[in-house]
Amino acid sequence: MMAGEDKQFAPKVWASGLILGALAAICTALVAFTYSVTAARIVANEQAYLEQSLAPLLAGIPYTNNLSESTLIIPPPHELPGNGPAIVYRVYAGDEPVAALFVVTARDGFSGPIKLVIGIDTSMSITSVRILEHQETPGLGDLIEYSKSDWLTQLDKTSLQSPSRDSWSIKRDGGVFDQLTGASITPRAVIKAVKATLLYFEKHRDSVFAVIPPPQDGATE
Amino acid sequence: MTDNSPILQKLRSGLWDDNPGLVQLLGLCPLLAVTTTFVNGLGLGIATLFVVTCSNMLVSATRTWIRSEIRIPMYVLIIASLVTCIELIFKAYMPALDRTLGIFIPLIVTNCAIVARAEIFASRNPIGASMLDGVAMGAGFAALLCAIGAFRELIGRGSIMANLDMFFGGDPQTGLVIVDGGFLLAILPPGAFFSLALAVAGKNYLDQRRKNAPKAGGRIHAR
Repeated sequence: MMAGEDKQFAPKVWASGLILGALAAICTALVAFTYSVTAARIVANEQAYLEQSLAPLLAGIPYTNNLSESTLIIPPPHELPGNGPAIVYRVYAGDEPVAALFVVTARDGFSGPIKLVIGIDTSMSITSVRILEHQETPGLGDLIEYSKSDWLTQLDKTSLQSPSRDSWSIKRDGGVFDQLTGASITPRAVIKAVKATLLYFEKHRDSVFAVIPPPQDGATE
Repeated sequence: MTDNSPILQKLRSGLWDDNPGLVQLLGLCPLLAVTTTFVNGLGLGIATLFVVTCSNMLVSATRTWIRSEIRIPMYVLIIASLVTCIELIFKAYMPALDRTLGIFIPLIVTNCAIVARAEIFASRNPIGASMLDGVAMGAGFAALLCAIGAFRELIGRGSIMANLDMFFGGDPQTGLVIVDGGFLLAILPPGAFFSLALAVAGKNYLDQRRKNAPKAGGRIHAR
């Protein structure tokens, strides 16, 4: 009995393997075809979305470069908020640096990391701050989102001189920035991350702009 | 067409009598998670409808190859490929909706309602019937997603059908704003459970009433 089953078993396994292999080939072809049709559009969408989300952060500062091609990735360890690599979009008017956009992660939010982008011009003042990703409580902590309240706008045009370095915290901690009713952990995390980024830019300004990307036409990775 | 035509019967079964979400209570993870607005429900609903229809067709087309010992890997392979395709299509043509739905598009792979249709129906029936089954079940799931999305959006935000532009393109739309702001709980996770419970209870209530009604009345309701 056992021997008979074994004899049956081997060809069955081979047949199953072949069937699975053939199906895998068909499915791979299907995915490859869809990918080839959509790939160019997906890249274009991503770049357009990046430009569209970054441009308003510059508060109208004129610039000439393609933001998605002036990316600087700062690998950890660095002094910016967050453990992973930080992304900096460098903004130029001609060859002259005019601003930098830092994408950093505040790790001390109420629930999970808060990813934000901070625009700082070369006179070291904030142009604008926006939240990219967060999981803060809807209705309380999520008021840090620009689309939900104007809380973030109090950071516009601030710098390490105004308000003074010691006052860079929320009012509950003795600083000058408004907190949100019912939520202080979230605003505290955001303010702390912005301050740390300002300090970093002040210290490392030259290295942030050090490697000027060669002007390229349409060459993207 | 009469009440008894097989197509209508199948559609009724998917949309109401055997609705995957409402009766079989399958695929609840995406159902509860994304239905904070109508447009989210519509987006995931249409994606699921597409995947379940195509997966039913593919499973049915390959049903003579299917061996019982490898059927689950085959379903997973088919469903995962289709979901990858639809994710690419969403990224290319509806990027805003793709960003909102995020991880829930790839997670359609794990929607047990789809595997259930492959196993229960498509692996035993011809292509045409399997496709119809996919459309009916997908439509039932999508309808439930839309209904719960609309309900939670209305209660939680006081608007209805906001951000339809994410689906159809064009300028951002606020939708029909009925009151500014709303009862926050509805868009938080507990609101999802409450809404689903209300939907299931409502369906059971209607079924019960139909059952208790006199026969003639029952016919009318059945339509």
